[in-house]
Amino acid sequence: MKLAYWPGCVSRGFTPELHGSMALSAEALGIELVTLDRANCCGAGVIAEHNQELADTLNARTFALAQETGLSMMNICSTCQGAQSECQERLDADSAYRSHINDTLSGEGLAYTKDKDGFTNKNFLWLLVEDYGLDKLAEKVKRPLEGLRVGPFYGCYVLRPKTRLGYDEFPDRDLYLEQVIEVLGGQVVDYDGARRCCGFPVITMNKETSLRQAGTHVGDAIDAGADCLVTPCPLCHLNLDMQQPEAAKVVGRDLGLAVLHLPQLVGLALGFDPKQLGMPKHIASTIAVEDRVSALA
Amino acid sequence: MSAYTLKVRRYQPEAEEDDKRGAYWETFDVELDPTLSVLDGLLQAKNDKDGTLAVRCSCRAAICGSCGVKINGQSTLACKTQLGEAAEEAARMARNGGGEAEIVVEPMGNMPVIKDLVTDMESTHWTKFRRVTPWLLPSGPPPEREYIVPAESMVDVTQSVACIQCGACVSSCLSMEADPDFIGPAALAKAYRFVGDPRDGQTTERLYDLANDPHGMYDCTHCFSCIDACPKGVAPMNQIMRLRRLAGDDHGIRDVNNGHNHEMAFVKNIKKKGTLDESLLLQESYAPGVKGKLMPRVSAIKGLLGSIPTAIRGIKTGKMRSVPKLIPGVHHKLPGDAQGHVEEIYERAEESKIQLNLYIIGEGGEEDHAAEEVEPESVSEEPTTA
Repeated sequence: MKLAYWPGCVSRGFTPELHGSMALSAEALGIELVTLDRANCCGAGVIAEHNQELADTLNARTFALAQETGLSMMNICSTCQGAQSECQERLDADSAYRSHINDTLSGEGLAYTKDKDGFTNKNFLWLLVEDYGLDKLAEKVKRPLEGLRVGPFYGCYVLRPKTRLGYDEFPDRDLYLEQVIEVLGGQVVDYDGARRCCGFPVITMNKETSLRQAGTHVGDAIDAGADCLVTPCPLCHLNLDMQQPEAAKVVGRDLGLAVLHLPQLVGLALGFDPKQLGMPKHIASTIAVEDRVSALA
Repeated sequence: MSAYTLKVRRYQPEAEEDDKRGAYWETFDVELDPTLSVLDGLLQAKNDKDGTLAVRCSCRAAICGSCGVKINGQSTLACKTQLGEAAEEAARMARNGGGEAEIVVEPMGNMPVIKDLVTDMESTHWTKFRRVTPWLLPSGPPPEREYIVPAESMVDVTQSVACIQCGACVSSCLSMEADPDFIGPAALAKAYRFVGDPRDGQTTERLYDLANDPHGMYDCTHCFSCIDACPKGVAPMNQIMRLRRLAGDDHGIRDVNNGHNHEMAFVKNIKKKGTLDESLLLQESYAPGVKGKLMPRVSAIKGLLGSIPTAIRGIKTGKMRSVPKLIPGVHHKLPGDAQGHVEEIYERAEESKIQLNLYIIGEGGEEDHAAEEVEPESVSEEPTTA
């Protein structure tokens, strides 16, 4: 399997362990990634808030770069998925608009083409279940994560709005994390926060609202017996992990729960060492998870 | 006819039995056609099993907005959800291999419960709704007859006009769960309905008011819950984004949450670097022009200082050890001529600023709808035929 790969900004910024663990896991899974190193930020919904055409053109540029490779595109960030799907919806809705956008891109010799079957841009989570296949993933598992209790945390941008995010065709996209956790041998922890918001988009605007959300979900997962959370979104990771000590102050309780990126959880089951997967870079200690995993090996 | 089990969250404030103190769950078996609604199921249970089961309803046709509830966790109207669909969704979420599952019905969230499925709309929804002055405030003397405006100028408010005040979006709002003072999706969508109305004379004042309430338009966390909850396609979050665009970009209002500063810092960051320079974003969100021009607000300085402990932790673990991640502005640009092409996109798009309105042309709709350039409209002097 070969894919055009958009790593996003945060995976090469404040969560470098995500980009690194994706590279390792992809190789072990036999997925070849062609990085779109000329591509630009998706705008995270913020650029669209400022100027829709600007966001749409920037993402049309990324899609066009992916289309030049002749491959389907994969991202590793729920927020990229949501922001890019929003722009793609507008680009695909209107040919006059698309021509206008492509006219802007022509200076670089690029054009976004609306495919008959639709241009495919999938988060690693969707790709793993829908294209790679859970059976094939199960075959690759070298170290089943037996006894590891994992709370799923999706991120809003791969959940809602359902009409935009392909739920008509793939209605179980809001259950894929549970499916993946089980295939990797882990135990799913049900708790209230799995499909709620991490609060990150308002961290600079209303810190208390933002951290109350993150702190509540982490606390709920701890109360439900989780050893860790897993998320396909690095922005959720920033609020749930990097801000966890601050979130603990806002909700007034001790937290201290490891938050893994999806490729890290996959990587653990593929047999990689937690250090290789960058887990010591996390703010919330991953030692409990590391101990549990090394006891399995 | 099919059999369904409704698992209802109940609260009977007058009950004297020990097992009915506080909220409790009760299941009701009903038998109805799968195409009939969850509301029909609840009314059958009330009629046949327990007359004390309280549910608010009236039109049964998704018009009056009375029967807002949560079904399988999703805020919606009980009359607009079919029993068959609800049972399938319950089984899907239960992940029990397509077996039978109970349809879970709860009162709406973010509001006090009066009895069973009846919530107190007054203390939250209507109070927040009145907060945004939900009526027209025209300037100048009224015209002799009706106000006449061009049909195109009403296009952008059409979506928010469709609201039936059911409160499903308020019930689903994830920001309001964390901040009960948040004005919320229903009221803000209604605010846009008047801000965007060419007959209203208080546009700037309305925007200023909502931008300077710390629980106003910048308290929305982009979770899209209200979009999925709304039974009428109002997409309240989209209206909140329109309010932000109008306030910060078109009316130049500096809001109390630093929301517009954050937006502009982000926009400029990508123009300069192509991908996000997080350290620069943080600095410029809180304190634009810290190197010279503008005096940052006290709240901005506090925000910037407040992020220092997080940064120190990041440096310790190695998350932020490399220089480009730590020093604002050192982050590399896109390779080769790519950055120049991104700048070209900015020049063109900031000039034309086209807003495609999918509510009007249809989502994922058909081809060849002309892209409309939306400009601030004014009241037309000339009568036009719509």
